[in-house]
Amino acid sequence: MTSQTQPDDKSANPNRSTEMLSGAAMVIRALADEGVEYLYGYPGGAVLHIYDALFQQNKVKHVLVRHEQAATHMADAYARASGKAGVVLVTSGPGATNAVTGIATAYMDSIPMVILTGQVMSHLIGGDAFQETDMLGISRPICKHNMSVRRPEDIPYLIKKAFHIAQSGRPGPVVLDIPKDMTMPNQKFPYHYPTEINLRSYQPKQQGHSGQIKKAVTALLGAKKPILYAGGGVIMGGASNELTELAQLLNLPVTNTLMGLGAYPAGDKQFIGMLGMHGSYEANQTMHHADVILAVGARFDDRVTNNTKKFCPDATIIHIDIDPASISKTVNAHIPIVGLVQPVLSDMLALLKQKKKKLDSAALQSWWQQIEQWRAVHGGRYDTTAPLLKPQYVIEQVSKITKGEAYVCSDVGQHQMFAAQYYPFNKPNRWINSGGLGTMGFGLPAAMGVKLNYPDADVVCVTGEGSIQMNIQELSTCKQYGLGVKIINLNNGYLGMVKQWQDMNYESRYASSYMDSLPDFVKLAEAYGHVGIRVTTPEELQPALERAFALKDQLVFLDIHIDPKEHVYPMQVPGGAMNDMFLSKTERT
Amino acid sequence: MRHIISVLLENESGALARLVGLFAQRGYNIDSLNVAPTDDATLSRLTLVTQGNDQVIEQISKQLHKLIEVVKVSDISEAAHIERELMLVKVKANGNQREEVKRCADIFRGQIIDVTPGTYTIQLVGTSDKLDAFIQALGTTPILEVVRSGASGIARGEKTLAL
Repeated sequence: MTSQTQPDDKSANPNRSTEMLSGAAMVIRALADEGVEYLYGYPGGAVLHIYDALFQQNKVKHVLVRHEQAATHMADAYARASGKAGVVLVTSGPGATNAVTGIATAYMDSIPMVILTGQVMSHLIGGDAFQETDMLGISRPICKHNMSVRRPEDIPYLIKKAFHIAQSGRPGPVVLDIPKDMTMPNQKFPYHYPTEINLRSYQPKQQGHSGQIKKAVTALLGAKKPILYAGGGVIMGGASNELTELAQLLNLPVTNTLMGLGAYPAGDKQFIGMLGMHGSYEANQTMHHADVILAVGARFDDRVTNNTKKFCPDATIIHIDIDPASISKTVNAHIPIVGLVQPVLSDMLALLKQKKKKLDSAALQSWWQQIEQWRAVHGGRYDTTAPLLKPQYVIEQVSKITKGEAYVCSDVGQHQMFAAQYYPFNKPNRWINSGGLGTMGFGLPAAMGVKLNYPDADVVCVTGEGSIQMNIQELSTCKQYGLGVKIINLNNGYLGMVKQWQDMNYESRYASSYMDSLPDFVKLAEAYGHVGIRVTTPEELQPALERAFALKDQLVFLDIHIDPKEHVYPMQVPGGAMNDMFLSKTERT
Repeated sequence: MRHIISVLLENESGALARLVGLFAQRGYNIDSLNVAPTDDATLSRLTLVTQGNDQVIEQISKQLHKLIEVVKVSDISEAAHIERELMLVKVKANGNQREEVKRCADIFRGQIIDVTPGTYTIQLVGTSDKLDAFIQALGTTPILEVVRSGASGIARGEKTLAL
């Protein structure tokens, strides 16, 4: 499924004589042995030895971005699409600090990444040297782990350790800081890449506790109003198949979080939409009234629960998560199960299939009747008769032309929510967005990272005129590497989500949410050597999309002028329960 | 409620900063913190006194466990345990006060470990409460300096926090 090659495990061959490599060569060689195909980065003084080693081989390819933040998002999106760690190489000081937003983005969404940061010579550290910054100190609170190279001969071990930590347990970014003197080309050391790492202080749990799994199955089978609430952990844990099988075995209604979209197929009748702040009416109602909630790889984030004191008052909560610290952090779990979601769900399935007891079918039927009534309300749907282009309509049309199969990489704001609501994700790993940190500027580099690794797939960047300008320089990188991303710029002239909050809470005082002097995006795209198309009316949309997606290998920038007054609905009422929602500008529950 | 949390930590550079940073980031408080290598030079033993309700303490313990260098975590105040803290106090001791201070130190089983014509330095070991009580008992004696190590603790009986 991925374009990465298998690790070339030469360490298993006892006949091979030990190679002598410089620290710089070891960095690149270790990445090759780890099976890394692409390295995203930007050179600078502290990493020049490494770049020189990179130049002298052809296994690991380098992608030169225009700003280090983009390198991190490219690596991050590759990881979200493939499940494997993305790798970044940046220089010390400003190179490293520019990568910080991308590291934090990956950390908040538990995305495996390895970030190699250059550092000044060891003897200069602490002396305020040129381009010195304490990257270990800066990155400490925003990464899963960080380490520094103290001896060149440790490089292979430390790189293996970084991958091991990044990709196991609850995944996350790992930073490895490499002082320049660790990579001197004329100092060579024996190279050996370890096949595995065993850390006494880090032994993430795999299987769930069998007693807890039994309890969970019993609680689930006793439910009259069950719901399955699935998060990003199902996607990163590769457990979509097990989740789907379990939901269908028991005929459970399923809701996915923003991070979990695609974990359960959106086209299936048991899917009741996303939940939370901009979740569907039926999903939030079903959650609120449920008597048993099976939460899988989700973390009861504040954008889901609304006011935790009013959260799902009648529910027994079963919570499966790899991270014990996510359990009972915001909402108390009655039956916690710590473990990887895939084996835990498999164990639950095996147990459920043995059981004679089934769910109370009469109760489940009346629960489904209730859910169908909620669904029929069509709470929060948009006005399809309006003369102006509606962003929701645009997303629906994008989904049609890509047959719901595209990788959709989103920026942050209203367009992100419209994409989440109106693009039906039927497969995992297809919805790529910054859910936890909410990083504007994520979308374009993310789409680039996916397109590079999946060149035959349709890759869409859904963005707005605010977000796109945060990393628009990457249009140049797209040209260099021939990345035929389709950019859907939902242009309303405002920072839409900020404006929506100002409409709702600040009597429409648009403090700095209006962008004057926007560029001509069509000309801008053309200036970078791409195709730009402007769409201003509903009639122009269809032909523009057809033209854009027919241009297979070209980046097409669709600047789509939409209704600037549109709000995202439903929207939970602040401080309320799950099911306290605004459904439009005039209706609330 | 006051809790004493013991941690076995890889004795690596940056590990302590990571642990302390965790408390700052997540808004947990630290009343005292005490750390030194153990008989196994690759491990540090750390004793941390903190305040919080059960939910907070549970989160602290889980978040500590998540740190890659943390080997073991135990809330030793959950069961029978021994707690000791070392305190060094330098006081002004002139004339009649010298006898008074010495008597007070004796009552608390403290030792006078440094003497000048005008000062005494007293060493005292005990629970943090006992050290507080000694400071109180010094009454009007002018205190020049107080150094406390923060609590160290160990579980009673057979229970150990070791590899």
